[in-house]
Amino acid sequence: MIRFILHRTASTIGVLFALSVLVFLIFFAIPGVDPARQLAGRNPTPATLAAVRRTFGLDQPLPTQYWTLMNHLLIHRDLQSYTNRGVKVIPELITATPVTLSLVLGAAVLWVVMSLLIGVISAVQRNSIWDRGLMIFSLVAVAVPVFWFGQVANLLTQSRWHDSPLFQWVPPLGYTPLTSDPVLWFRHLIIPWIVLASLYIGLYARILRSALIEASNQDFIRTARSKGISERRVIVRHLVRTSMGTFVSLFALDFGVLVGGGALLAEVVFDLPGVGRLTYQSLNGLDLPVIMATVLYGGAFIVIMNAAVDVLYARLDPRVRKA
Amino acid sequence: MPRTPILTVENLGVSIRTEDGLLRVIDDVSMTLATNEVLCVVGESGSGKSVTMLSVMRLLDDRVTEYDGQVMFEDEDLLRLSQRDMQRVRGIGIAMIFQDPMTALNPVYRIGWQIVEQIQAHGRVSDKQANRQVLELLQAVGISDPERRVHEYPHELSGGMRQRVMIALALSCRPRILIADEPTTALDVTIQAQILQLIAELKDETGMSIVLVTHNMGVVAEFADRVQVMYGGRIVEEGSAVDIFDDPQHPYTWGLLASIPRLDLPRPLRLSSITGTPASAGHIAPGCVFAARCPHRFEPCGVQPALSSVSGSAHRAACHLLPERRLELRVLPAAGGQEASS
Repeated sequence: MIRFILHRTASTIGVLFALSVLVFLIFFAIPGVDPARQLAGRNPTPATLAAVRRTFGLDQPLPTQYWTLMNHLLIHRDLQSYTNRGVKVIPELITATPVTLSLVLGAAVLWVVMSLLIGVISAVQRNSIWDRGLMIFSLVAVAVPVFWFGQVANLLTQSRWHDSPLFQWVPPLGYTPLTSDPVLWFRHLIIPWIVLASLYIGLYARILRSALIEASNQDFIRTARSKGISERRVIVRHLVRTSMGTFVSLFALDFGVLVGGGALLAEVVFDLPGVGRLTYQSLNGLDLPVIMATVLYGGAFIVIMNAAVDVLYARLDPRVRKA
Repeated sequence: MPRTPILTVENLGVSIRTEDGLLRVIDDVSMTLATNEVLCVVGESGSGKSVTMLSVMRLLDDRVTEYDGQVMFEDEDLLRLSQRDMQRVRGIGIAMIFQDPMTALNPVYRIGWQIVEQIQAHGRVSDKQANRQVLELLQAVGISDPERRVHEYPHELSGGMRQRVMIALALSCRPRILIADEPTTALDVTIQAQILQLIAELKDETGMSIVLVTHNMGVVAEFADRVQVMYGGRIVEEGSAVDIFDDPQHPYTWGLLASIPRLDLPRPLRLSSITGTPASAGHIAPGCVFAARCPHRFEPCGVQPALSSVSGSAHRAACHLLPERRLELRVLPAAGGQEASS
C-alpha cells in the first residue's frame, strides 16, 4: 500500500509538471498574444511596455519565467492575476471550489441513482416497451447539449413560466453557500444539477444496460439462479455487483474532470462562480496565472480520481488485487 | 431397479422463440429418476441434454421459452410453477452442478459466502451455524484446510477445487436430486475421476438421486444405473447400463460406442466416428432424427419411430429396424472390459 501511494504520488507530480509546462508553452506560443500589452493598459508607450516587461519578469528567458510563475503559485502562493490586478489566484480558486463541489456532487448523486435505476430496469425488462422508452430517453439526454438545455431551463424557469406555480420557487441565477442558507443553496442548484446530470444519466444508463445484459449470460448468474435465491437478490447481489466495473471507473474519471473545472458550461449558463467559470473567464482574458492554477487544479483532481479508480476497482473485483 | 420415482419427465417439449421463428429444441423427452439412482444422459454436443436439464430447473429464459409436457417433482409440475415458486425447489429439492467450474462461481465473492448465501436462502440459519456447515461441506468434498479456503475467491482455486466447491454448494441444502451437467468436461483426466468418485460417494451417503449428463461413455460405464441416449433433441435409446453397453439397439448408440478408443483391443488405424454433422438444434426433422447420418436408413425412417421395448423389458429404442435385423447389422468391438478414456 505504501509503495502504491509513493508510486502514485510520483506519477502525479510527473503528470502535473508536464501539464504545467505544456500550458505555459502553449500560452507563449499563441500568436498575437503579448502579455505585456495586456498588462500595460490601453495604447501604452514603448517605455511603459518595457517597464511592464521588467516588473513582471517578461523580459527574462522562458525557463526563468516559468520558475518565477510556479514559485509564486506553489511556494509563496501569492501569484496575482494578470487581468484583475491585485487579485490573488489561490484564494480565488479556494472560494470557487465549494461552488463547483456543490454542483458536481449533487449532480453525481442524481446521475448515479437515475442511471442505475434506468440501466437495471432496461436490462431486466430488455426489449420491452419500458426498455425502448428509457433507451430513447437516454439517447435524447446524451444528445442534448448542456448549454442549450441550460439556456432553455433558464428561459422557462426564470422568465416564461417563472410566475406559474411550477417554478415560482426558483431563485434568480447565482449561488448561496450551503453554510449560510441550505434551503436557498438547494433551490439554486436543483436545476443546474438536473441539467448537468442529464448527459451522464443517459450515458451511464446505456453503459450499465449493456454491461448487465452481457453479464446476464454468464455462467455464475445461472448458478446464482440455481441456488434458489430470490430474483431480486440475483439481480442486485450478483448481476449488478459484477457489472459495475466500467460504470465505476468512468464515474470516477468524469467526476474528477467535472470537479476539476469541466462543469464550465453549466457554471457559465447558471452563473455559478465555480472553478469552471473561473477557467472560462481566465481563458477569455488569456490570464496566464489563473489558467495555470485552474489547469493544475483540474489535472490534480483527474490524476487523484484515476488513482481512486484503481483502488475502487480492486475493491470491486478481487481478481485484480494481486496485480 | 424398481424404486419409487422421484422425478418424472413426461413428453417434455421445449421451443425457443427467436427472430427466425419458433425453434423446437427438445421433442417428446420422457424420463424417470428413481430414489438413489444414477441416470446418465448421453449424447454428443447439441443433442439437447443440457437444455433438458435446464428445463427441469426452469433456468431457461421464460420470456422466450415454451414448454409442453410435464416435469413432476414431489407432486408438482415444475413447468407450471412460477419462477418465485421455483425458488423453493432449486437448491433444496433439485440442485445442479455445471460444466465449467472456472466460470460457474461468482468471481467477486469469497467461496464461503457463496455457499452461506444458499444455506440462508432456504432456512433461518445463523451466520455462525451456516459457516460451520460450510466448513463441514468443504471438508466432505475433500478440500483441505477449509478454514482458509472459505475466505478465498474462486480465482485462487484450481479447476478441480472449484468443482469441489460447486459440489459443496449444490449439496449444501441436502437436495433430493443432483443434476450434474458434464461436471468433469473442463477438468484434467486425473481430476475427473476424483470428482466422479466424490459424487458417487456422496450419493451413497445422502441417498440422493443423480442425473449425470455426459458425453463420456467411460463415465457412463462406471457410474450409470440407467442410461438414456439423446440425439437431436429426442431420446433414441434407453435402458440399464448393461443393456446399452452389451446390447445396444440404436445405430446412433452403436456409433457412440464404436468411437470409444479401446485399450484392450488392437489399435485400429483410425478411430471410428459417426459420419456427417450432428443435427442442429431447432431443426428436428420429421421422421427419425438420426436418419440423415444413419448408415442403415431405409424407407420407414421418414416417419418418426416410437421408443419401443426390446423383448418386453425396460430397454427401449426408437428405430424402425427389426430387432433381428439390428443384430445382423450391429458391429461391436469384441466384448471385454468397458474402460474407456476420453
